[in-house]
Amino acid sequence: MPKMPPVDAPRMLRQRGPVFYRQKHLLAIEGLEPPAISQLLDLSESYVLLNRSGKTQRDLLRGRTLINLFFEDSTRTRTSFELAGKRLGADVINMSVSTSSVNKGETLIDTAATLNAMHCDLLVVRHDQSGAPNLLSRIVDAAVINAGDGTHEHPTQALLDALTIKRRKGRIAGLIVAICGDVAHSRVARSNIHLLTTMGCQVRVIGPPTLIPAEVADLGVTVFHDMARGLAGADVVMMLRLQRERMSRGQIPSAREYFRFYGLDAEKLTQAKSDAIVMHPGPMNRGVEIDSEVADDPLRSVIKEQVEMGVAVRMAVLDMLSRGHRRNES
Amino acid sequence: MNPDTLFSGVRIVGTGVDVLGDLLVHDGLIADFGPSLGRPDGATVIEADGAILCPGLVDMRAALGEPGFEYRETIASAAVAAAAGGITTLAALPDTQPAIDDPALVQLLRTKGDETGSLTILPYGAVTRGCRGEELAEIGLLREAGAVAFTDGSRTIGPARLMRLALSYAHGFGARIVQHPEEPSLATGGAATESEQATRLGLPGIPAAAEAIIVARDIRLAELTGGAVHFAHVSTGEALALIRSAKAAGLTVTCDTAPPYFDLNETSIGDFRTYAKLSPPLRKEHDRKAVIAALADGTIDAIASDHQPRDADDKRLPFALASAGGSGLATLLAITLAHVHNGSLPLPSAIDLLTARPASLLGIQTGRIAKGAVADLCLFDPDRIWKVESGKLPGKAQNTPFDGRALEGVVLGTWKRGKRVFG
Repeated sequence: MPKMPPVDAPRMLRQRGPVFYRQKHLLAIEGLEPPAISQLLDLSESYVLLNRSGKTQRDLLRGRTLINLFFEDSTRTRTSFELAGKRLGADVINMSVSTSSVNKGETLIDTAATLNAMHCDLLVVRHDQSGAPNLLSRIVDAAVINAGDGTHEHPTQALLDALTIKRRKGRIAGLIVAICGDVAHSRVARSNIHLLTTMGCQVRVIGPPTLIPAEVADLGVTVFHDMARGLAGADVVMMLRLQRERMSRGQIPSAREYFRFYGLDAEKLTQAKSDAIVMHPGPMNRGVEIDSEVADDPLRSVIKEQVEMGVAVRMAVLDMLSRGHRRNES
Repeated sequence: MNPDTLFSGVRIVGTGVDVLGDLLVHDGLIADFGPSLGRPDGATVIEADGAILCPGLVDMRAALGEPGFEYRETIASAAVAAAAGGITTLAALPDTQPAIDDPALVQLLRTKGDETGSLTILPYGAVTRGCRGEELAEIGLLREAGAVAFTDGSRTIGPARLMRLALSYAHGFGARIVQHPEEPSLATGGAATESEQATRLGLPGIPAAAEAIIVARDIRLAELTGGAVHFAHVSTGEALALIRSAKAAGLTVTCDTAPPYFDLNETSIGDFRTYAKLSPPLRKEHDRKAVIAALADGTIDAIASDHQPRDADDKRLPFALASAGGSGLATLLAITLAHVHNGSLPLPSAIDLLTARPASLLGIQTGRIAKGAVADLCLFDPDRIWKVESGKLPGKAQNTPFDGRALEGVVLGTWKRGKRVFG
């Protein structure tokens, strides 16, 4: 087994204290307790410092195989996991499976069998069906990390968003966070709702009624259909991507109408606190859900920082999930 | 000719009958029953203290894999499961491959049922050709061949005009239309009942109103045409309230439900458990309670298994892609008894809902304890405990939504026309 990190690594990396994250997989944020989330965020923060210092942990996952199994295209998330895995010394393999095949499920089961034969240790899965990683986790030996499944969850996105918020605002608890847009079809929104409510934020969701999921208020959020009212006093404005499909399927009449009422521009942003930050999971539809003036405003937009946090968070998740393995072997 | 069978010292329960005593079967018929009968020479005597003898169950809604989906279930395997569940008569849905839209197929199914020796199969005829929901099937000829009623199975007869035509036309042949009440444009693509849970799981929802909308519409169409409509596997309080008031208004409206809808709620889906993916979807707890209340007050006319056999591969998929449906033959009686044990339903009502009432909806004479009636019988121990285990159920279809459930009530034996076919 690899030795412990070098002496100049941040304190958290050397820590041998209790591990609050006890699950084999990371399938969802829902159900995680505050100490587990805090510890993941602290570990992520250490990786931010480590990455910035130019040092790496090349041996932590040496000999481990990480497979990026993507049934849906995503350059951003895949490269982020790839970079995280490589920085920790894992052997990283990218597998893209065509989603155009008729029977996706069959592919999923067949692929699982293949992965078991390859002795994969960490499996990062993105799939267009909610629950696909849960299904895989029951049939593969590897630790499964959900990199976004259908409209269910995207846990590492919520963690990187939380880390970004924490670094900018100095805290998470007590903040007012407004999540705006197509909440109904957003896994990012669901993971963020679970994480932020668990960590003590006041969470609002804003969008047209046709894009707000049923009974979402029961998840502990307040629903707004009027953006100005929803943004009033917010510390964080989190925009969601609007897929073109929403127009073709009639959930909203047009992109221009959507932008008029739910697109974030400088004027609407004046409703939020003067130091409110603007987030977006990317890729952005400029002029549909967000105006370029806001997206590119270095004082407000933290969108680029989210990308940087993404790598650190994924390093922390890979580290945490492989701790069980390392303990077993030492 | 079979030897006589004497059931001795059992509780005999059927519609209008509840006595402790003996029942004698002679020549495939119930010869006599009462507090104490003599023992005819050569009779097989079945003594089962504390057991209940009731008519063989009449399951008015079950899908068979045959024809077309034999990998899921064959008639032979369904007959094994049915006998183990105390079912002696079963009405088979027509949305098979090919659909039961041809008189020859109706006769074929009846014959195949007879060949099992344990199960009478009563075929439903398709309302529309191929159950495609376009043009009417030959309802008259299908009726003549022995179709007991008409339905498109798991598919809703969607357009109002088509449903009007079906009700009106079938009425001329004295036939009932059985509807799967789910407004298609609200249900298409849905995987779970619309709720907080569906929101959390990121599953496309089907609102409870999708059921009530079709029920409300078809009650109006039944009134317009004078036709008889039956709503299958009703799962919501809203729809049951509409049916209750239609019955009070004297309309020819009937309905059934299935064990999952009064025993389970949406939480059974838990962590994307596809065996709990059904059509209609499992509903919220308040709907489950409404189904119980409607069973108790007589709004619901029958309990059917709603057996939908599926293969492991149909279910081992991400939830929204998995095939909807649960197997139900082996658990029909025991799940119903669970609600007798917990006091929701008196035993005689439960038996009535499983035997005579569905039989009369299907226009047949079985399902009764009476002198001269066919000796289709089910003997069960109401208290013996067993556990539902997928993989160990009788028959081929193992896709039970009740997996892992401990139940009280075990079928000890099943008799078809006086001949023991199970136990």
